[in-house]
Amino acid sequence: MRRKDVLDLDDFTPDELREVLETTAAMKEVLARPIRRVPPLRGKTIVNCFYEASTRTRVSFELAAKNLSADVVNITASGSSVEKGETLIDTTRTLQALGADMVIMRHGASGAPYLVARELDASIINAGDGWHAHPTQALLDLFTVQSRLGSIEGRRVAIVGDILHSRVARSATWGFTTLGAQVVLCAPPTLLPIGFADAVSTGLRAKGISTPCPVTMTHDVDEALRDADVVMALRVQRERMDAGLLPSLREYSREWGITRERIAKARFGALVMHPGPMNEGVEISPEVAYGPQSVIEAQVTNGVAVRMAVMYLLAGGRAGPAV
Amino acid sequence: MDVRNALEPSSEDAFEKQILDADGLRRALTRIAHEILERNGGSEDLILVGMRSRGVPLAHRLSSLIGQFEGALVPVGELDITMFRDDLELRLTRPAIQPTVIPRDLTGTTVVLVDDVLYTGRTVRAAMDALLSFGRARQIQLAVIVDRGHRELPIRADYVGKNLPTARHELVEVRLREVDGIDEVMLSSHPRSGTNQA
Repeated sequence: MRRKDVLDLDDFTPDELREVLETTAAMKEVLARPIRRVPPLRGKTIVNCFYEASTRTRVSFELAAKNLSADVVNITASGSSVEKGETLIDTTRTLQALGADMVIMRHGASGAPYLVARELDASIINAGDGWHAHPTQALLDLFTVQSRLGSIEGRRVAIVGDILHSRVARSATWGFTTLGAQVVLCAPPTLLPIGFADAVSTGLRAKGISTPCPVTMTHDVDEALRDADVVMALRVQRERMDAGLLPSLREYSREWGITRERIAKARFGALVMHPGPMNEGVEISPEVAYGPQSVIEAQVTNGVAVRMAVMYLLAGGRAGPAV
Repeated sequence: MDVRNALEPSSEDAFEKQILDADGLRRALTRIAHEILERNGGSEDLILVGMRSRGVPLAHRLSSLIGQFEGALVPVGELDITMFRDDLELRLTRPAIQPTVIPRDLTGTTVVLVDDVLYTGRTVRAAMDALLSFGRARQIQLAVIVDRGHRELPIRADYVGKNLPTARHELVEVRLREVDGIDEVMLSSHPRSGTNQA
């Protein structure tokens, strides 16, 4: 993999995705060792730059960087010079001047990491930007499916929830379809992103991938789950009701919640996923979330290995010609 | 790495000669297996760790030879040292990582690292570093098929199939049935082939 940044999966080739997944498997083996620290990023400084709240993603990146022997600095918007009105570019330029080799960035504005990536020589990893993309979450979803089901190509992945506001759904869709799976996006009509399916089809054709109907959209959850190999539930936020997009969480739960009865419509042994944090009893019932088909905990564990793989592959030498 | 092409003889200085044939390689491995047993007083707490890629089949062969002589099963591990290399910074892209399999906690064991060629010693340094993550071995020993000299670190082998004085521009290749379809050790030289790995 020869790239400076990981901003989304829309520009990843199938080979690049496979390289990440293979490297992730090697990193999982490292995590199983009595001493889970390897030295490839020794002497590198990685800055975790989070403008938005996060527990699992920030900790996951931090552990991943430390397992690779990098030095890690965490900054959050509150308590930093962001509060004094410093611009995004100035803050990140300062980080680079202080010696950051890699910046992990989460920002509430879609596209913010792209702006920073253009300005900085350091590698940028997008840890979630607005409604737009969350590539490492999608990569860990790909890895989890690949290791549980053995393959991704030809699988049917149903993503149910607030698709419109979900960077997880968008990046996962790019990732799964690039590896030849079909994705069904299911939400109340007010929460479906119009035009996204066409955008993905066009993007895939440009990459030379010709899966028939890579993305379909529906508001009928039973149709979405029919024959699905993977069912991913997304968090539904209370704020969406205030915006008038949903009548009530109870109605959402009744019409679109993933329950044991609904999951029975999916393929036998289908995987149940959730990027977290969950609203149990709203988008997913506890008996499904903690049931035998759930791989939600494995997703979190795999997150560390995936992020180690991405950092390892990005930190390719820039110190001169190949030897 | 396509060494073969680079080795096509294209000038008078180029040569390729066989150092060990299949029988020679088999005898060397048999002797090393006996030496390992003699030096360690048997096969108890012994583990053979092959360094990827050609050290792995060699470690399996030594294990089965020791099994024939002693009737004991000696576990075999497979070690990928990519992440422990000291030249990662010099490469433009990151090399692929192969799986590492160490079948048990190494604390208290005698580890015999197995590789095909001992050259600068940097790979062995990386391997020892990697092994430390798997427990504190009582002892780490090193077995190689060819020691070709030119050490850059204070490292030596405990068991050597063949000591082979070489020039830096020469290339030593251990070819194995499992990987290359043939058992032999070749020494070759191409005036323009420059340095090689080992």
